[in-house]
Amino acid sequence: MTAPWKFTAREIVEKPDLFTSGHRACAGCGPAIALRQIMKATRGPTIVTNATGCMEVVSTIYPYTAWKVPWIHTAFENVAANASGIEAALKVLKRKGKLEHKNVDVIAFAGDGGTFDIGLQALSGAAERGHDFLYVLYDNEAYMNTGIQRSGGTPHGASTTTSPGGKVIPGKPQFKKPIANIMVAHEIPYVATASISFWQDLIIKTRRGLEVKGPAFLHVFAPCPRGWRYHTSKTIEISRLAVETCVFPLWEAKYGEYSLSPQSKVVALKPERKKPVKEYLEVQRRFGHLFKPGFRNVIDEIQNITDKRWNQLLKKCNIT
Amino acid sequence: MGQKASGWKEIPIAGVCWRPSTEYQTGDWRTFRPIHDSNKCTKCLLCPMVCPDGAIKWNAETENIEFAYAFCKGCGICANECPVDAIQMVREGEEV
Repeated sequence: MTAPWKFTAREIVEKPDLFTSGHRACAGCGPAIALRQIMKATRGPTIVTNATGCMEVVSTIYPYTAWKVPWIHTAFENVAANASGIEAALKVLKRKGKLEHKNVDVIAFAGDGGTFDIGLQALSGAAERGHDFLYVLYDNEAYMNTGIQRSGGTPHGASTTTSPGGKVIPGKPQFKKPIANIMVAHEIPYVATASISFWQDLIIKTRRGLEVKGPAFLHVFAPCPRGWRYHTSKTIEISRLAVETCVFPLWEAKYGEYSLSPQSKVVALKPERKKPVKEYLEVQRRFGHLFKPGFRNVIDEIQNITDKRWNQLLKKCNIT
Repeated sequence: MGQKASGWKEIPIAGVCWRPSTEYQTGDWRTFRPIHDSNKCTKCLLCPMVCPDGAIKWNAETENIEFAYAFCKGCGICANECPVDAIQMVREGEEV
């Protein structure tokens, strides 16, 4: 075991960006913040592979690239397979003595479409084979890059272009897939959820994911001003609200052992601090139709599913 | 047909992005410009970490926050998050 990573805010801020300025994400982009923060937590030579998605499109518009590390684009469905290949190639080079670095980290980035829906089988396979890489899911809860279509990661009641909230349906009728729990069920060494509003927590978890031997999975909550319909300045505020309302609790699971992260533990120990989901819903216009007469019961449904999943999580963390 | 397809060693390398994105300045997307008040600023270093564009830099020599207006898209996250309201958003072309 290596000693836990210690850092000061100043060291992190002074560390040069590996995901640089000049990328063409929308103003106030949540995933771009996530990528900047995550790339601040690298510990040495790193290879990044990126599934198709917002962050692939905005960071490498030919001939420009925002990446200061070796980076490879791959199709929507196979980023985990690609990362497996990179890791296997590194292993062979090391065995043949052709690798000058002692250690090279592999990070795979994918959005919610590339993870919840299209890339799940490649991810599941790579996790089962036990490749040593970190898989980062930046979750903006729909296919934003192609025009806000619903994905497996879109929450119940959210209006998207393929699940429009109107007179007939209250936005997406189904619930969000609990992807991080699915990854814990693969019995991999490290699974964690993180939010861009708590950057220290996010980069500590990134580093843990890199340090661990074997596959690691990081689910990062990254709001999208364009698709969620809120003002660009509220990105961090909304991601903080998601943690405070327990819509997106922060936890980590090492070898299947769940533990709550400090930001969510505060809410668990002092239940009066838990905010109602209404506060989280009313600041986003994708939930705007729920506040008109007709679909009011959907807000209760969202509160119920949030409470149910929160209580299940508390049980897993042995907090009652 | 009849001609043998070329192997992977002969085909040209495809789609390599070779220019740094810092040559492409996104600052002209901006409508509102962040103005930093160094008297109010407590130098908590939160704003450089929540900027999506890496447009807020820490200058170690002057010990102060600096904005890279060439890249700032004017989203306003820094002004919204600043715990002491040391950042103000002002419409481009207008004075503070």
